[in-house]
Amino acid sequence: MAMKSTNLTINTLKRMFKEGKRFDDRKLDEYRKIEVSYDVSNKAEGSARVKIGKTEVIVGIKLAPGTPYPDSLDKGNLMVSGDLLPLASPRFESGPPGFAAIELPRLIDRAIRESHIIELDKLVIKEGEKVWTVFIDIYPLNDDGNLIDAACIGATAALKKAKIPELNENGTADYEKKAKKELPISEGIEPLSISFFKLGDSIIMDPTREEEEACEARITFGLSKWKKQYMINSCQKSKEATFSSAEIEKMMEMLPKKFDHLNEKLKKFF
Amino acid sequence: MKNKINKVQEAEDTEEIEDTEEIEEAEENEAKTYVSEEVKKRKVVVPGEVIVTGEDYLPSDGTKRVGKDILANRFGLAEEAGRVIRVLPITGAFMPRRGNTVLGRVTDITFHGWLVDIDSATSGFLPIEESPRFISKNEMDQFLAIGDVVAAKIMGVKAKGIDLTLKSKGLGKLENGFTFKVSPNRVPRVIGKEGSMINMIKEKTGCSISVGQNGWIWISGENIDNEIKARKAIDFITEKVHMEGLTDKVEEMLNGN
Repeated sequence: MAMKSTNLTINTLKRMFKEGKRFDDRKLDEYRKIEVSYDVSNKAEGSARVKIGKTEVIVGIKLAPGTPYPDSLDKGNLMVSGDLLPLASPRFESGPPGFAAIELPRLIDRAIRESHIIELDKLVIKEGEKVWTVFIDIYPLNDDGNLIDAACIGATAALKKAKIPELNENGTADYEKKAKKELPISEGIEPLSISFFKLGDSIIMDPTREEEEACEARITFGLSKWKKQYMINSCQKSKEATFSSAEIEKMMEMLPKKFDHLNEKLKKFF
Repeated sequence: MKNKINKVQEAEDTEEIEDTEEIEEAEENEAKTYVSEEVKKRKVVVPGEVIVTGEDYLPSDGTKRVGKDILANRFGLAEEAGRVIRVLPITGAFMPRRGNTVLGRVTDITFHGWLVDIDSATSGFLPIEESPRFISKNEMDQFLAIGDVVAAKIMGVKAKGIDLTLKSKGLGKLENGFTFKVSPNRVPRVIGKEGSMINMIKEKTGCSISVGQNGWIWISGENIDNEIKARKAIDFITEKVHMEGLTDKVEEMLNGN
């Protein structure tokens, strides 16, 4: 059952956002408390658990030898998958993935891939025949809004701690042996996804679930820093309402500040 | 109208969890011995736990009989009322019962009435005949539109769905304010003994508050600040259900700012 806000709640939130108020006393563009912990999974090559307020996501990195894609014989593969477990929210149902379950990993895929944080060309075992495939698996544990930003922080964090397993003589990976070789990561690139939500004429960030349900539009940017320049790697707009060009320009001004601010917050974890 | 609704809600509240002390004592007992004794007070049980042994007892809600034992089916507080044993759940979904007053959101308008989402397994149906005054089939959306909040009473629970009615005091469409949800099992705590908790919040914040048995809460006040304050108090209650002297703490909180 789709869960939607009541008209009363939407009107009240509109009124509140206009006055710059939120139920949890945050400012409209303020993030909740972010926590990151590592090595939550024994079997994964790298893993992280991210909490933004009550939102909680586990991201795991798995590496397996595989064949390269025909158009990138000299590069490793990257696959991002996500599963919106019913345990995370009453909004999620088991069964074939819906819109949100397809959108989430695709957004993370683009934000990570286009930032070039993973040096995929260093993941070749034998050119044209065998390369490492990097799997990023996203598992939300609790959805209290802003899952995408949380998942992206988790993916970046887990990648930074990921190790490459050693190979057996027959070419399969030896997962039992303790891996020491680190995944080739470009230093200084921290891809993050930053989402803006719109309700009425107000733009808010990091909504809780009830705020997210009430919002009429969302736009998500994948950001990273490359040679001290801010790069927008991906961008996706969702839901019915529209953004005006003035609003987009305002976001462009906010993005670098928010990116630095988030990075500052996450520094102690990365 | 608002006040009337509130009164109806308070009258509804029959399943109050009593003192927090009892719960804590029960927890202690459980830690000491797993072998079940006769329960005179409520105690916390987990599914599969033996509550009592003996042919004299009758299993009720949330329990089942296995041989001579009565086991808990749910996580909650086991209660003995005469020979009847039942478990009051601490978590879980709303179980609709006849006579419950609930708040819900209109999700669809059909030929014969409105579909109302009341957060139960099946959706509620409000037939057009059960509206308080005559409504022509052409102007149904003027009375209740999709997304509107309505306070209704459960007329009957059938396998196909839940029938609702507005033909009672204080029921109808809610205007202004906002709604939010708490766990339905925390509703008795939010209301308090004979409405003591909810009345205090109403008094201190000057807001009208209506609590549905399905855990939906509606707050409407003079200004947003008071509404936010009332909501914070209720969120505080639902988080600290087992705290001792909760009413005093909430009062302190409301006086504080």
